[in-house]
Formats: sequence, structure tokens, C-alpha cells
Amino acid sequence: MWGRLRAVVVKELWAILRDPRARIILFIPPFVQLFVFGFAGTLEVKNFDIGVYNRDAGVGSRELVQRLSGSPNVRRIVPIGSADEVRAAIDGRSVIAVVMLDQQFSAKLATHRPAVIQAVYDGRRSNSAQIVAAYLDRIVADMGASIESTAAVGLRAARSRSMVTHWFNPNLDYLWFTMPGLVVIISMVSGLAVTAQTVARERELGTFDQLMVSPLRVYETLIGKMVPPLLVGTLNVTLYLVLIPTVFGVPLTGSLFVFYVALTCYMCALLGVGMLVSALSQTQQQAFLGAFLIIVPVILLSGFASPVDNMPGWLQVLAQANPAKHFLIVSEGVFLQAMPAAEVLANTWPLAVIALVTLTGASLLFRSRLE
Amino acid sequence: MSAGFNWRRLSAMLVKESLQIMRDPSTFLIAFVLPLIMLFFFGYAVSLDPPRIRIGVALEDPGPAALSLSTAFERSPYFQVNGARSVETLEREMAAGRIHGIVVIPQDFSRRLHAQESVAEIQIITDGSAPNTASFFAAYAEGVRANWQAGQDIRPGRTARRSIEVAHRFWFNPDLASRFFLIPGSIAIVMTMIGTLLTALVIAREWERGTMEAIMATPVGMPELLASKVIPYYLLGLGSMGVCTLLAIFLFGVPFRGTALGILALSGAFLVPALGQGLLISAVTKNQFVASQVAILSAFLPGVILSGFLFEIASMPTAIRALTYIVPARYLIPPLQSVFLVGDLWVMFWKDMAILLGFGVLFFALAIRSTRRRIA
Repeated sequence: MWGRLRAVVVKELWAILRDPRARIILFIPPFVQLFVFGFAGTLEVKNFDIGVYNRDAGVGSRELVQRLSGSPNVRRIVPIGSADEVRAAIDGRSVIAVVMLDQQFSAKLATHRPAVIQAVYDGRRSNSAQIVAAYLDRIVADMGASIESTAAVGLRAARSRSMVTHWFNPNLDYLWFTMPGLVVIISMVSGLAVTAQTVARERELGTFDQLMVSPLRVYETLIGKMVPPLLVGTLNVTLYLVLIPTVFGVPLTGSLFVFYVALTCYMCALLGVGMLVSALSQTQQQAFLGAFLIIVPVILLSGFASPVDNMPGWLQVLAQANPAKHFLIVSEGVFLQAMPAAEVLANTWPLAVIALVTLTGASLLFRSRLE
Repeated sequence: MSAGFNWRRLSAMLVKESLQIMRDPSTFLIAFVLPLIMLFFFGYAVSLDPPRIRIGVALEDPGPAALSLSTAFERSPYFQVNGARSVETLEREMAAGRIHGIVVIPQDFSRRLHAQESVAEIQIITDGSAPNTASFFAAYAEGVRANWQAGQDIRPGRTARRSIEVAHRFWFNPDLASRFFLIPGSIAIVMTMIGTLLTALVIAREWERGTMEAIMATPVGMPELLASKVIPYYLLGLGSMGVCTLLAIFLFGVPFRGTALGILALSGAFLVPALGQGLLISAVTKNQFVASQVAILSAFLPGVILSGFLFEIASMPTAIRALTYIVPARYLIPPLQSVFLVGDLWVMFWKDMAILLGFGVLFFALAIRSTRRRIA
């Protein structure tokens, strides 16, 4: 049996690695993706341009503009001369927001009457617009506080305040979240794509019939098909584990041993899904499209694109069946939170269950196709 | 292969290609089922709106002031509060990922609040492993405290009104529903998949099987060959866009303030570079596996990540920002969001359409060149 198994593993490895272009595709893009998407995938809002429509010539409005341009997140202040220009600047997306100050602004501030600043935002980018609104609130609150404290000297400062501490990621660096997440996503995409192609390619080329007449048992064929993607995936992830702390400076705090246990369960769960798709497809094209049909929901329900807690309840239930959802918790935990082994295992057993289900399903389907 | 252009030959080829598309169920899978799934998930699963965050409040002070602050946290619509006496319990919960933030109201809170010289401090601890949620939590928790403080300050004859306030107005999307911009964006992704992914895959198969050479041995000329390959997918792409648009409007309630002409012109312009890229990939790789991977890497992933669909381009590092200029989807997503939420902004549309067509010409020219070289 071991001899047959070795032979089929060697054969499958050759099938994947023989084509030099396929070799490049398996190893180079995962790294390019790590760099490009790691830096691009941020929900922070920085370097934005903000318009100011200032109809007030007083000291107060000048101070506000100064405070705005002093904010590290604002790239440029765009002066705007009329209400029509406000519309044009927002429509044409040259600014994300326009701050409007009326003629009375400075006068009201000087006489301690409440002054109201109008701000309009580009709702086409509602997420970024809200973040900009929060920045603006903070800038205005700071200015207000300094005015209030000079107006009411000695009366009373705020009696309560809050101290904010960010655990696991003290500067809230977005990259620290993206990198462990990309490990989960990139290994999933390449693992599924490779597995889904294997059987479909044999069928398309007609070599599937030869497999049927060979002395291989069903499980031996199956294991032979699984080993190469498992090796490729583990190798890529191992290289990520080296690169992410050294090049990107993201801490790797947890236990590597439990991480690899979870990774193996994760890869097996994915390979099972890939095999199912592959066994159901008649051609490579169908296999590829089927894999793609799985990849998109797996990414969207993983918690990487947006938190699982934000989803409607029934989708949260569905997300429990998503291996990437569980492995994302493990990956973020092992990188940032020094997650204890018990917690990692608590998120690993669902992966093992999913792997068991998908692999059993795949082998049953295989048996019916092979016999 | 003849040089002339013959309409009869073209129509014969078109019939053949269309039959081939209709016979393969996987084409329909990607043209109609996949868009449905994408829209469905972007409509329901992905939300960039402020979440209802699960937090823990450690109330170490039994005084009435501390209790009323803790109640203020429980009443906030943004939080789902898990109360506990000790910080240690909550810390374990957070390490396990069951809660995403902790508010600590320390033992001396009431005493310090009422003492003349001191300031009462609460601690806000966030789970930084999810930075977006963490910053939302920090901002909202501070807001709850500030409002509570303002409520405590109201006394007869004095209002808690601030000296400057900002009145925010969000144009085009006053309810701030993130799906209003995610769904139009996902239509662009669907068209990328049909235009580039499907085309690259199908034509790479013809190369792989040698049927491309077989066609080239017939009297069909290069222009007819390309047109017959491209036109059915062009129509498929437009059809799928139409289905998506109707679903977006009637199922997901995304407002549509532009015109049918506007969205048709934009999608029509976008499909030219998308198909050109698909042709180019297939002509260069001539292998289904490699073509599919190249299409994902060069069209699908950049379309999602580098186009401004999910992530703000201005926030990216300079080198990556430069890279976004060569992603065609970058020029489709803003006008597509505008045609839904704002209206037909032709000034913006013309510019983006011209750039898209420019990319289209480039891709087609490269694809023809690499096909020619192959034959020679």
C-alpha cells in the first residue's frame, strides 16, 4: 500500500509542478498579494481633501481652518467660493466633505452665542464620510473646549474623563489585522483552486479512465490528490509566518504548534470542499467556476471583509459552517493575542468537524464516480 | 485565413459561439447565478455600518453615579453589554474573542467625581486585533461618557449646550447604508468576472484543445474571429448587468437616480477593456489553469481591492496608489455609484469612459499581436 501511495503522490506532485508557468503561479503571486493587498486593504481614512466654504472673515473662522489643515489626516484644504461650487466639488469627488461657515460665525463665537457649522459629505462613500465626520467633531470639540475654558475661567473643568487603551495592537495599526487575515484568505484561494482542478483535468484529458483501471484504491487516489495542495499550502503559509513578523513587523505571539494543528484541519476542510467541486464537474472550466462560486461567500462570511457580529442572525449561523471564519479567529489570535492553546483548540474542533464532513462527502462521491 | 471581412461568415461564427455558450451550464452559472450570490452577500452579509459591539462593563464601584453611568452603557444602541464585577473575568472573555471591548468604572469613581480637586476616570479597553471595531468602540464609549456627563451637568438655568456644534448632512445616502455603495460596486465586479475571467477561460480552452488552430485554418479572418468570440460575451455581460441592476433596485432598494442610457453607456465602455484583457490573457497563456489564475490575479482581486470598491484609494501608500491607475475597474466604480445615487454626471462619465476605451484599444491591440505571432 505504501508503495502505491508514494507513487501516486509523486505523480500528482509532478502533475502540478511540471508546467513552469504553473510553478510560478503557485508561489510568486501569493507573495505579491501579501504586499499589495496588505498595504491597500485598509479601512482607515487618511490623506483626504476637504472643502471650506467660508463666508466669514473673522478670527474664529481662520482658527478653525488652521485647526483643520493641522490635522494629520487632511491632505489639502480646498477653498470654495459659492454654493454651486460646493455641489460641483462633491459631485466630482474632488473633496469628500465641505465645511460651511456663515457670516456670523466669528461674531457668535466672540459673544459666546452657540455657533453651528454646516458640513456636507459625499454619501456615496458613507463609511469614509462617517469617519471624516468623527474627525471633524473632534477638531471642533477641541476648539470649543479651548473657547469654553477661556470663557469660564475657574468655573469647572470636566469632572470625568476616559482613558483609552488598545490591547493586542496598541496603535490600532490596520496592517496588524490585515496580515493574519490574508494568511487565511490567500491560502484558501490557492488551495481550493488547485484541488478543484485536479480531477476535472483528468476527466477532461481522459486520464480519469486510466485511474479507474489502475490498482489504486479510492482512498489512495484521494490521498494522492490531497497531498500536493496540502504541501503547497503549508509551504506558503510557513513563508508568510517568517515574512509577516520580519518584514511587516506584526508580532507573532502565540504557539506555532497549535497553529499548525489548526492549519492542517483548515486545509483538510478546504481540500474536501475542493474535491467535492472537482468530482461534480465535467470540465476544468466548470471546476474553476464552481470553486469561484465557493470562494466568494467564504471570504465574505469569514469576518475579514466585515465583522461576523454585524451580519443578520441567520447568516451568523451559516458562518459557523465556514472554515475560514474559525481559522481567522485562530490566525488573529496566534499572531496578536498570544491565544492560549485551549482557546485555539476550541476554534479548531469545528474545523475538524467540517473537514470530516467534506472529506467523507468527497470520498463517497468519488467512490460512486470511480466504480 | 482570408483578409476580408464577410458578414455571412461572421454571423455563422456568431451562431456557433452562441450555441456553445448556451450548451454549457457553467456559463449560465457565472453569468446569472454568481451575480445573484454576490449581490445577495453584499446586500446582507457585508456591512461597513457601525456594528452593535459586544462589550463588558466592570462596575467596581457600587455608588449611584457609577451605576447610572453603567446603565447609560447598557442603554446605548451601539453596545450589547455583558456585566461583571471583576475585570479579570472580562479580560479572559476578550482574549477568547467573545467580547470586543471593556469599560472599567473603578472603585473610587463616585468619590473622585464628587471631590472638588479630582477627576473621575473610566478605562476603555479595546480589542485592537479588529482595528475598525476598536476605533468605533473607543469613539462611541467616549460619546456615552460625554453625554452622561452633560446630563449630570444640567442644572436649573444652565444648559449643557456646547459653544460650537457641527450639523452633519450626508448627501445622496442620508441613512448611511453601506450597501447603497457596495451593491453598485459589486455590479462592476460581476462584469469583470464575465468579461475577463469567463472569456479568458473559454478561449484558453480552445487553445488548449487546438480548436483555435482549426478555426484559423478555415477562411475565417482575424477580425471576424475576434468579433465572433467577443460579441456573445459582450451581450452576456450587458445582460447580467441588467439583471443585477434590476435586483439592486427592486430587491435591495438601492435608489436609482440616473438613466438607463447612463448605466448602459458606462457598462458598455467598461466591457471593452474587460473583454480585451480576457482575450489577451488567453492568447498569452493558452492554458486553462494558468489563464484562470492570471485572470483572478490581474482582474478580479485588483477589481475588489485596488478599485476603491471597499478601500479608500487616498489612504493607500503612494506606490500602491500609483498601481490603482492601471486597474480599469477604478474608472467604473465611481461613475457607477453616481448613476445610482446621484444621477447622470456626464462630465465625470465622459472622462472615465474615454480612459476605459483607451485601455480597451490597448488590450485588443496586444491580444491581436500575440495571436498573430502565435500563428506565424
